[in-house]
Amino acid sequence: MDAMSLQRNKIHPHKYSLWIAMGSITMMFIGFTSAYVVKRAQANWFTFNLPMIFWISTAIILTSSATIQMAVKQFRNRNMQRYKQLITLTAVLGVAFALCQWVGFQQMNDSGLRLNGPASVSFIYVIVSVHLLHVLGGVVALLIMFGKAFRTRVRSYSSVPIEVAATYWHFVDGLWIYLLIFLSIAR
Amino acid sequence: MSNEATLHSQEVIHGAAHAHDHGHGHDDHEHHEGGFISKYVFSLDHKTIAKQFLITGIIWAIIGAFFSVLFRLQLGFPDATFPWLESILGHWAKGGRITPEAYYALVTMHGTILVFFVLTAGLSGTFSNLLIPLQVGARDMASPLMNCMSYWAFFLASVVMMASLFVQTGPASGGWTSYPPLSALGDASIGSKIGMDLWLISMALFVVSQLLGGLNYISTILNMRTKGMTMTKMPLTIWSFFFTAVLGVLSFPVLLSGFILLLFDRHAGTSFYLSDLFVAGKALSNEGGSAILYQHLFWFLGHPEVYIIILPAMGMVSEILAVNSRKPIFGYLAMVGSMFAIVILAFLVWAHHMFVTGLNPFLGAFFVLLTLLIAVPSAIKVFNWITTIWRGNLRFTPGMLFSIGFVSTFISGGLTGIWLGNSSIDIHLHDTYFVIAHFHIVMGVSAFFGTFAGVYHWFPKMFGRYLNNTLAYIHFWSTLIGAYLIFWPMHYEGIAGMPRRYYDYTSWESFKQFADLNHFISIVVIAVFAAQLLFVFNFFYSIFKGRKVTTTNPWNSTTLEWTTPINPGHGNWPGEIPEVYRWPYDYSKNGKDFVPQTVPLSPDEEKEGHH
Repeated sequence: MDAMSLQRNKIHPHKYSLWIAMGSITMMFIGFTSAYVVKRAQANWFTFNLPMIFWISTAIILTSSATIQMAVKQFRNRNMQRYKQLITLTAVLGVAFALCQWVGFQQMNDSGLRLNGPASVSFIYVIVSVHLLHVLGGVVALLIMFGKAFRTRVRSYSSVPIEVAATYWHFVDGLWIYLLIFLSIAR
Repeated sequence: MSNEATLHSQEVIHGAAHAHDHGHGHDDHEHHEGGFISKYVFSLDHKTIAKQFLITGIIWAIIGAFFSVLFRLQLGFPDATFPWLESILGHWAKGGRITPEAYYALVTMHGTILVFFVLTAGLSGTFSNLLIPLQVGARDMASPLMNCMSYWAFFLASVVMMASLFVQTGPASGGWTSYPPLSALGDASIGSKIGMDLWLISMALFVVSQLLGGLNYISTILNMRTKGMTMTKMPLTIWSFFFTAVLGVLSFPVLLSGFILLLFDRHAGTSFYLSDLFVAGKALSNEGGSAILYQHLFWFLGHPEVYIIILPAMGMVSEILAVNSRKPIFGYLAMVGSMFAIVILAFLVWAHHMFVTGLNPFLGAFFVLLTLLIAVPSAIKVFNWITTIWRGNLRFTPGMLFSIGFVSTFISGGLTGIWLGNSSIDIHLHDTYFVIAHFHIVMGVSAFFGTFAGVYHWFPKMFGRYLNNTLAYIHFWSTLIGAYLIFWPMHYEGIAGMPRRYYDYTSWESFKQFADLNHFISIVVIAVFAAQLLFVFNFFYSIFKGRKVTTTNPWNSTTLEWTTPINPGHGNWPGEIPEVYRWPYDYSKNGKDFVPQTVPLSPDEEKEGHH
């Protein structure tokens, strides 16, 4: 296994795949936001304010990025107790983010901004929920990592899975910030 | 190597890295988990997954081609009745004549199946999986598990699409592009009811399959090449699979976002694509949507999609032409460069499908220019293929014949693209049989020829046996002649203004002159379909009974896949992965017929500075 150490400086194939996957997901949201821009340029574009709770969810997801980064650090130090606590906290913050988005949808709905209303409103529902699905996918990944951390028979010392999960988590975080800025400016 | 690391992390090494070679692949006793399921069904071996893609693709190709036979019966014999049709299609062919609803369903499914399930999944799914690890010198894909999931997502997509053929209201029937508003309103046509939902679900699964596959192809090519295999020492097949995967990974998600919006329009009452509509005399409440928006999202994938189909064929043809001419490929870097140019341009020409949608003519002019620019890399490639075989020592193997056939159909179909790419001529030719003729020859027939070339050439690697040559030659000549007889006359019909997608042309005075021609085309279609069944027979018969391959390198080829045992196990090479010293096209060099990539440079070669 000498050859393995020779290539250690090379990027791990799974990390590489993740980067391409993130490019792919980005293209999907570019698709959505381009459709939004094209539609916005047409007549009768309806403008409104985004629910304030979206800013709270932003704070939550930013915090969760910090916690997952700390989890990576604890894993590398083999501080497994702290690691488990931190990924649990991250997953809980992910669920809290989802709840905030849901409350945001409720508030929009209550103020008459319905899914089947003007296209500008429908876009918010669709784009925000598709993003939310990607966050929930990350939560599922964290739950799997959590289960793996409790395995006693097979122990993994590779930090690649948690690093992949962390990178993805930062990505959906950054994606949300991009979407929030985009949707706030291009109203 | 990171190769080993990946395999170990997946716990699927299957003992293939043992330092001895059985040569015939019956190394079941070495498998850690053994068993039929893990070896043939949920296999993680890229070679088995390639075969799964190929066989699923063949089944779909038979179905899709059979659909074209059925609707050609209607077009060629509009007044005749075929009682046997009623016995297979039931009320969809009452009295032995295909109903209009069935006709549109057949046309739609023919397009969907051939474009996506056969020429995307069946072609690049098969050969990317088979050849990438073998030709770059890797034990398997970057993530064998994702690769396996890619196939099974495709399988699920296939099951859903197949199920849609059997629902009471029939499958989607709004054309393979599924333009709204027709596809968005269940009340507008019976094909837009549950069949359309199943179509969208199936296509969403298909996109997932393509993305999982594409991610793997890219990271395998960029990360898992063996020692010495620099990017410019890769065979052109690998370059073409790489560019194909890049196109797919960047364009399929955009299609998915278009489909998601369509699903919302269908079921959540949104109005992304819908506005000012009346169905059955009643005004709909949908307001402010734009049907053109869908076309933008669709064609942003739809155009790269045609290159996703043709690029793998181009790569394989380049390889097969060089091997069977015993000459190096002409202009290797120009080939790579032109494929790169095609990838860039692929994203910049989608609106040439939309010249007659009311697109701003000034904007249209840019799309005309960019579209015509594609002729440049295409012409470079054609020139290089011809100069590769020019004065070569040609071996007319079936794979070689299909490769030459590919160049022929790519030229004759590509030239008509120059007509259609002009927005002013397109006003006349749009949605006529000229378009049908163009894209069937340049994309459909050419990509099929590339696939056939690949199957004939790499069948010995896949199954350790040869296909029957006599059947192969009959298959080639009947397909080549038949394809031209079918599609060439359609140019004339199109120039005369005959629109595509119509059910019956008998009531138009101007198209009555084409009744005999349509009759003729339909008869040829049946004959060509029969010739394809000959290939299918040859394929399955030869898997079990074909002549056995007795040498590891039957075509005297330079590339790495022929350095593996005749029936390689999982892991591909029984010992160390071979190292690469030279480019893959050292044919007829310094008095030698061919020099494999694994042969170190001689002192002379090092002096003159090798590729």
